[in-house]
Amino acid sequence: MLTVSAICHSAGFQVTDNGGRVWPVTVVVLAIIAVWYLSAVLLNSPFQKDSYKRQKQTDVSLVTLARDTMSQERPVLPAPHQVAQEIYKTTVQKKITSKRSLIFHSWITLSTALLGFVMGTVLGIVLAVSIIHNRALDKSLMPWIIASQTIPILAIAPMIIVVLNAIGIQGMLPKALISTYLSFFPVAVGMVKGLRSPEVSHIDLMRTYNASSWQTLWKLRLPASMPYLFTSMKIAIAIAMVGAIVGELPTGAVAGLGARLLAGSYYGQTVQIWSALIMASVLAASLVGLVSLANRLVLKRMGSLP
Amino acid sequence: MSRIEKFLLLLACVTGLLSLFVYPLNTAGEGIASSPKLQVFCGLTLMIVAVGYALEETVLRYRLLAGIAICAVSLFGAWTLIAWLGIAADTSALAAESAQSGPGAGFWTASVAAWALGWLGVEQLAAVMSRNRLLQLVLRVVIPIVFGAWLLIIWELVTRGLSVPQVLLPSPSAIAERFANSTATLWVDFKQTFLKAVLIGYSMGCLSGFLVALLIDKSSFLKRGLLPVGNLVSALPIIGVAPIMVMWFGFDWHSKAAVVVIMTFFPMLVNTVAGLSAADHMQGDLMKTYAASYTQSLMKLRLPQALPFIFNALKINSTLALIGAIVAEFFGTPIVGMGFRISTEVGRMNVDMVWAEIAVAAVAGSVFYGLITLIERMCTFWHPSFR
Repeated sequence: MLTVSAICHSAGFQVTDNGGRVWPVTVVVLAIIAVWYLSAVLLNSPFQKDSYKRQKQTDVSLVTLARDTMSQERPVLPAPHQVAQEIYKTTVQKKITSKRSLIFHSWITLSTALLGFVMGTVLGIVLAVSIIHNRALDKSLMPWIIASQTIPILAIAPMIIVVLNAIGIQGMLPKALISTYLSFFPVAVGMVKGLRSPEVSHIDLMRTYNASSWQTLWKLRLPASMPYLFTSMKIAIAIAMVGAIVGELPTGAVAGLGARLLAGSYYGQTVQIWSALIMASVLAASLVGLVSLANRLVLKRMGSLP
Repeated sequence: MSRIEKFLLLLACVTGLLSLFVYPLNTAGEGIASSPKLQVFCGLTLMIVAVGYALEETVLRYRLLAGIAICAVSLFGAWTLIAWLGIAADTSALAAESAQSGPGAGFWTASVAAWALGWLGVEQLAAVMSRNRLLQLVLRVVIPIVFGAWLLIIWELVTRGLSVPQVLLPSPSAIAERFANSTATLWVDFKQTFLKAVLIGYSMGCLSGFLVALLIDKSSFLKRGLLPVGNLVSALPIIGVAPIMVMWFGFDWHSKAAVVVIMTFFPMLVNTVAGLSAADHMQGDLMKTYAASYTQSLMKLRLPQALPFIFNALKINSTLALIGAIVAEFFGTPIVGMGFRISTEVGRMNVDMVWAEIAVAAVAGSVFYGLITLIERMCTFWHPSFR
């Protein structure tokens, strides 16, 4: 349970305020695990009963049935401890360089997501800065930035990968481009709001100092936009992760968490799918946690947090 | 004139002069005299530049007229350039010896002139100050449309002018042609993915998220426990459950709808719970002094206050739903559906068909989003952000 509250804490949720959240969160998480076990038994028992019938085993006790449903090779829904064992087996007991190591695959996905996230954040900030400095861009570009996200980019992820492959661009960059496309949006929208957040009187003050628009940007607008930037970056890094995973699907299940998902679905390895899924979730949660940690540090340094 | 306007005028002037007098129009060395329409365009460009420099004060006073005129000239230029590409392709196909006569330097400078004029026109339109509500509305629609049109024009000019391989990036006209020729297939795919998986999954996911939020809202214990977990889950790559859902619910649309339900559930839950506690304590106390029952204060105070949050979730979910359904189809489908079509046509290198499918998805997504925004405006007209 410690890990859960640690994840929640690192993900930026105050654990202690509001009359204590640790206890309710613990109860909820325990309840989820209990439901998970229960549904594992329920969903896996038809297959188990079928195999009993074939082995001519009769009068199997309910306890045995429950135990057997949780130790199947390819269960419909693996029990939590099966997934935990699989994760332990593929992270600790395998060499990192091995193709069967989950850490190897996680690193590939993680590096792609981070590259895409950095490119997306830079692109978003550049767009936001040019939007607040040019009226024509503000009026013409902003609607298209919003419209760009109604295009399901993940749907064309396979095409981007295949096409870029065809002209010789391979490896991380095509996948990272998908993450970039997804993550520039929250940053651009958030930063436009943030760069416009200083009060009119402050901007007027800068004008009385005869500050150039560059100086106003650097000394007033950017510092004022920091809270907005970090809020957007939290969203951006989470979807950069999604982009990286989906970007790995069409490469033909070579490497990465997405490839693990695809390979698992081809061969019916449900335990493998679930462990990749849990790993991806842990990664995403810790990335969001890192961003909110950076947020706290920066805001503290700037004196806006007590 | 602002600095950028001066720069654009200068750019249009230089490029217009270059293509009119210096550079040949195609690589075979023919001058601009071979295309009277392009000559007209270059002349108009230079005229605009001259008027812009000579009568600066007057132009700035009639920005609306100037903007419309400049945009019109720029679009005329773009249209002639595209038409010229078509004619050039025809003639070079007829005359085999000049097969390599592609667009030359003059063509590209004319394109840059047209583009600079386009930006200049938008710059004028964006600077129009008017108290007329209707004019404001029209401008708010027209400016992005001109911008979008220019995106398409640049795409078309670059792909056809540089003869980019069809496999890499088809031109908009090729995509439009493919779209018109395969509406039947596109419609079947649309029906399978959007009308079945997305709409059903979306409504089930949003409704269940909303109802669970109403239930949770009654208990502060659950609220404190579920909200952090829900927040955490919203940040997770839920799309990864797609292969599991395909295993559980089979290849047809049911599994895709299930993915959509899971993806849309948590944003709705978190937003509704947050929205239900958006009402002020003062307002809640007022309801108490009226002796309002739980239902009454829910219906008359807290649900209306939560509406902006709920609509926010509906908007986020509208894009998530489409993505979820399409990606889930990568893990197995019957031989119909937008995701299926995209992955198979990519494999067959029919990239124009893929783009046609993307166009359908983009239009469907935008219309879906637009509809929700419209309903939001009708329901939350009282909210400060709309006044």
